[in-house]
Amino acid sequence: MSLIDSPATELLQLLKSAEVTAVEVTQAYLDQIARYDGRVKSFLSVGSERALEQAATIDQRRGRGEPLGELAGLPVAVKDVLCTDGWVTSCGSKMLADFVPPYDATVIARLKAADAILIGKTNMDEFAMGGSTENSAFFPTTNPWDVSCTPGGSSGGAAACVAASMAPLSIGSDTGGSIRQPAGFCGVTGLKPTYGRVSRYGLIAFASSLDQVGPLASTAEDAALLLRTIAGHDPLDSTSAPVDQPDYLANIDQPLDGLRLGLVREHFGPGLDDEVGAAVGQAIKEFESRGARVQEISLPHSKYAIATYYVIAPCEASSNLARYDGVHYGYRTDEAAMLADLAEERKQLAAAGDEAGLANLDSPLMRLYRLSRSEGFGPEVKRRIMLGAYALSAGYKDAYYVKALKVRRLIRNDYDAAFRDVDLIVGPTTPTVAFGLGEMVDDPLAMYLQDLYTVSANLAGIAGISVPCGMTSTGLPVGLQLQAPPFQEERLLRAAHMFQQATDWHTKRPTLAAETP
Amino acid sequence: MSLSKADVEKVASLARLKLTDEELSTMTRQLDQVIQYVQQLEELDTSGVQPMAHTADLANVFADDLLRASLPRDAALANAPKRDDECYLVPPVLGD
Amino acid sequence: MTNTAYETIIGLEVHVQLQTNTKLFCRCSTSFGAEPNTQTCPVCIGMPGSLPVMNRQAYALGLKTAVALNCQIPEFTKWDRKQYFYPDLPKGYQISQFDLPMSEHGWLEISDPKGAFETKKIGITRAHLEDDAGKSMHDEAAGRSDSRIDLNRTGTPLLEIVSDPDLRSADEARAYLSELKLLLTYLGVSDCNMQEGSLRVDANINLHIAQGERTAATPIVEVKNMNSFRAVERALRFEANRQFESWQANPVELGSPGGHKTTRGWDDQMQITRIQREKEESSDYRYFPDPDLLPVTATEADVASVRGALGELPAALRVTLAKKYGIDAYDADVLVNQGRPLVAYFEELAAACDDGRRASNWVQQDVLRLLNEMDATIDQFPVTAAALGELLKFIAAGDIDNTRAKDVLQEMIDAQSSAAEAMAKLGIEKVDASDLESLCRELLAANPAVVADLKEGKMKAVGALIGQAKKQNPNVNPAQIKSICIELVKQL
Ligand SMILES: [Mg+2]
Ligand SMILES: [Zn+2]
Repeated sequence: MSLIDSPATELLQLLKSAEVTAVEVTQAYLDQIARYDGRVKSFLSVGSERALEQAATIDQRRGRGEPLGELAGLPVAVKDVLCTDGWVTSCGSKMLADFVPPYDATVIARLKAADAILIGKTNMDEFAMGGSTENSAFFPTTNPWDVSCTPGGSSGGAAACVAASMAPLSIGSDTGGSIRQPAGFCGVTGLKPTYGRVSRYGLIAFASSLDQVGPLASTAEDAALLLRTIAGHDPLDSTSAPVDQPDYLANIDQPLDGLRLGLVREHFGPGLDDEVGAAVGQAIKEFESRGARVQEISLPHSKYAIATYYVIAPCEASSNLARYDGVHYGYRTDEAAMLADLAEERKQLAAAGDEAGLANLDSPLMRLYRLSRSEGFGPEVKRRIMLGAYALSAGYKDAYYVKALKVRRLIRNDYDAAFRDVDLIVGPTTPTVAFGLGEMVDDPLAMYLQDLYTVSANLAGIAGISVPCGMTSTGLPVGLQLQAPPFQEERLLRAAHMFQQATDWHTKRPTLAAETP
Repeated sequence: MSLSKADVEKVASLARLKLTDEELSTMTRQLDQVIQYVQQLEELDTSGVQPMAHTADLANVFADDLLRASLPRDAALANAPKRDDECYLVPPVLGD
Repeated sequence: MTNTAYETIIGLEVHVQLQTNTKLFCRCSTSFGAEPNTQTCPVCIGMPGSLPVMNRQAYALGLKTAVALNCQIPEFTKWDRKQYFYPDLPKGYQISQFDLPMSEHGWLEISDPKGAFETKKIGITRAHLEDDAGKSMHDEAAGRSDSRIDLNRTGTPLLEIVSDPDLRSADEARAYLSELKLLLTYLGVSDCNMQEGSLRVDANINLHIAQGERTAATPIVEVKNMNSFRAVERALRFEANRQFESWQANPVELGSPGGHKTTRGWDDQMQITRIQREKEESSDYRYFPDPDLLPVTATEADVASVRGALGELPAALRVTLAKKYGIDAYDADVLVNQGRPLVAYFEELAAACDDGRRASNWVQQDVLRLLNEMDATIDQFPVTAAALGELLKFIAAGDIDNTRAKDVLQEMIDAQSSAAEAMAKLGIEKVDASDLESLCRELLAANPAVVADLKEGKMKAVGALIGQAKKQNPNVNPAQIKSICIELVKQL
């Protein structure tokens, strides 16, 4: 087995026992990136030089017998949504194309403290809004299993780079399914932790009450390894949960005896692709054969989840994205051209004697805001900002925003009730497998409906994981989603690991065609 | 309830966006579609349900009033699209 | 000052900067006067990814103030985003409180010792915590076309204190502000420095005009840009007159077409208010709960312990001082209004000389005058209460009269000496009783006309003798000369 096909936990052993060096490991992944990322396009920036430098330092320190962090020498790819000191953090947006944060996100600081090697920043839908990575302001990422398909999103780059063996571990973020859906589409393991489990400090906000950072990896074990480093209470994030951190790896080998699995009745209705349904059914049988008891449960409000989500998330987003105004950082329109246009407009209005038009004409500052934002944001971001601003505006707030918050509680109540009867909820991650590039760009609502099975976990704040559980006849991976009560990531990971002990879907890798050198 | 172009224009101004005529038409159609979909929430009786803004059952999170280093000015201003040695610059703000 | 033509209705909105070391949601310094943009961090610049964490002390100071303002403290409070675009508001929203503020329904009692209005309770609608914006500077004189933005102040903790529209005159508004400022100073929650923007006042004002059976209300005007209490008073006087004149010329009522609320700025140079351009969509702030911040809860026990630790506040202290030291309500008011350190000085002085009235007189007439001349505060006053007390005891013992004692106090300040030392330096010593009597006998013998007058009961005549006595010995006590002379004449 080559280095790049080894799980992170094994690489870590090889590094610890000095069978390989951090430089060798890092170089192997950089080579893979150089060879294949021209087609997959999972990275927005690759930090080859600094990664190799850091790897060399780690090797030296190891040589001197110095204590090293728990991920020492392991490359980690980071979704470009996390602020990295001195390294452009664009959030997939033209707005932040040149933004260089003066600080590290807490997750980044923890990775650095663990001596992980930050190998690159991965592509994403702009401001994490989207499910295909086609909303990136820079370029779409492709699905390594079929480059005519999307890798899913918004953590498309994060999932694709793991699937294409360009990084053993990668960090994503999940607001409505943005880790689990691309993990499902790309055939990797992706975990959305409980809200509050991982610090959001330095995570560029999309919808603050829904956003969570989480790991993507080849295996549940690797996801556990990465989660152990990034999770934990952070005083810089008020919403970070002051709860104990279990060692997610310590007991991952122990099977869950008498596991009670809940099958959501509402998740097996119309819209679910037959092949996806079949693969998920097979996976459930696998659990049963290992002693799990499966029972049907109901989440009666789950059919309202998308509507609820597409009110709350845009409302928060419209507010979170107000800061991008071209004043303190980020994109700013061409001011001279803007002022010249304004002068011309004023002249024409005056000539026409249009008093009302003159009175309504933007001030230079107003026009600066409007142009900077209109030019800096892509269409999906603008749609969501508009949607949120509308749903919060005078006269509509109660009907949309407050109503959605109430339904959100009902959705959470459904989960609380379900988890009294079952330990985990199991089902498909998405209704279909990866769809073709460009297939849905003009139909936002159809794209939103893709999140049917994933958004509820964000609304309720619970944990969820997607693991590969099959392949379609066209050779695209199918994702199985497991959901757990708040702060039961350990249970989630043990169940996922149990499944991966019994199956080999997680070991499958796409055959990549290299680009002409 | 359905969304008119005038509604969308008003919201665009509220959100400090400037839409071309074409964008305005597309946006109106797409937003209206989403708004129609979202209106299914109306069929739910939510009287007596407490709105849930946070999933975490936490309260009273504070930090102590202890100084920490601020950013050096150049680091603070480094990302500013337009600045002088001390300040961010914007087109004249009249009044106040 | 009553005006039968109309009643003035005023409500005040006061923003007070709370005295914390660090900002409301980050740990940058709040100190005033630093170089622009040297007290900022990712959080207060509103950089992508940054998150707020609430300052414990800011909340505590806000709660203390709310309790002192007799507010009800709800068990649950939360923070909301108030959204608008402005270059000195880098997040695109202010973190404030909307429907569930940390305190409501309080009151503050105001009175006027000069009796211009009756003592009354002014309702406090609410007091809530929010973060401040930065500073926009526009300097056309320097030939700059751009405005410059300094974010040092951004994120400074403010307590917004909103009064009910209970104030009925500019005098009452001023009294309210003075009493509020005094309270805040006693609480130690703010330095209330208006020049540095630590206390900012906006006023809502309109008129109720009798129209036969009914009352017509003029459109509400929000007055801004008032940089001193005097400016507030003048702006409100001006605005009441302006609204009345405007009504007489064109009676537009509140709520009718053209009767919406407007904003006017006070022009201190011209002493007028001017209409201000409305901020666009100022009415649609799209408030919603800040998802980055968690609610705060306060139990009854929490509130009780805050209340218990308030100390004696101005209103109660006035009563206490009057009772304990036997001074007039007016004097107690003057002392209390000078602030806690002066009251402490007074109390120490009263104890030292064992005479509250004398201490009160000396503090009001001499200490305050000297502080004023020195442009100093009581902490900087060179004579301790104990030292001044010693001097007042000499007065009580008849060793020195009030007039000379003032010279002694000046000498104590100039030479930084004790009362006894200063008196010695000025050659003041107690005149022996027998010497006094013989001096009086001499004077009476030399002034038969005065003796005659005194015999006829013209007691004022003794003044001439006092003058002569002082010439012979400046240390004599005029009161003693007077009583001895009268006694001697009686015996004649
Ligand atoms: Mg305010
Ligand atoms: Zn700061």
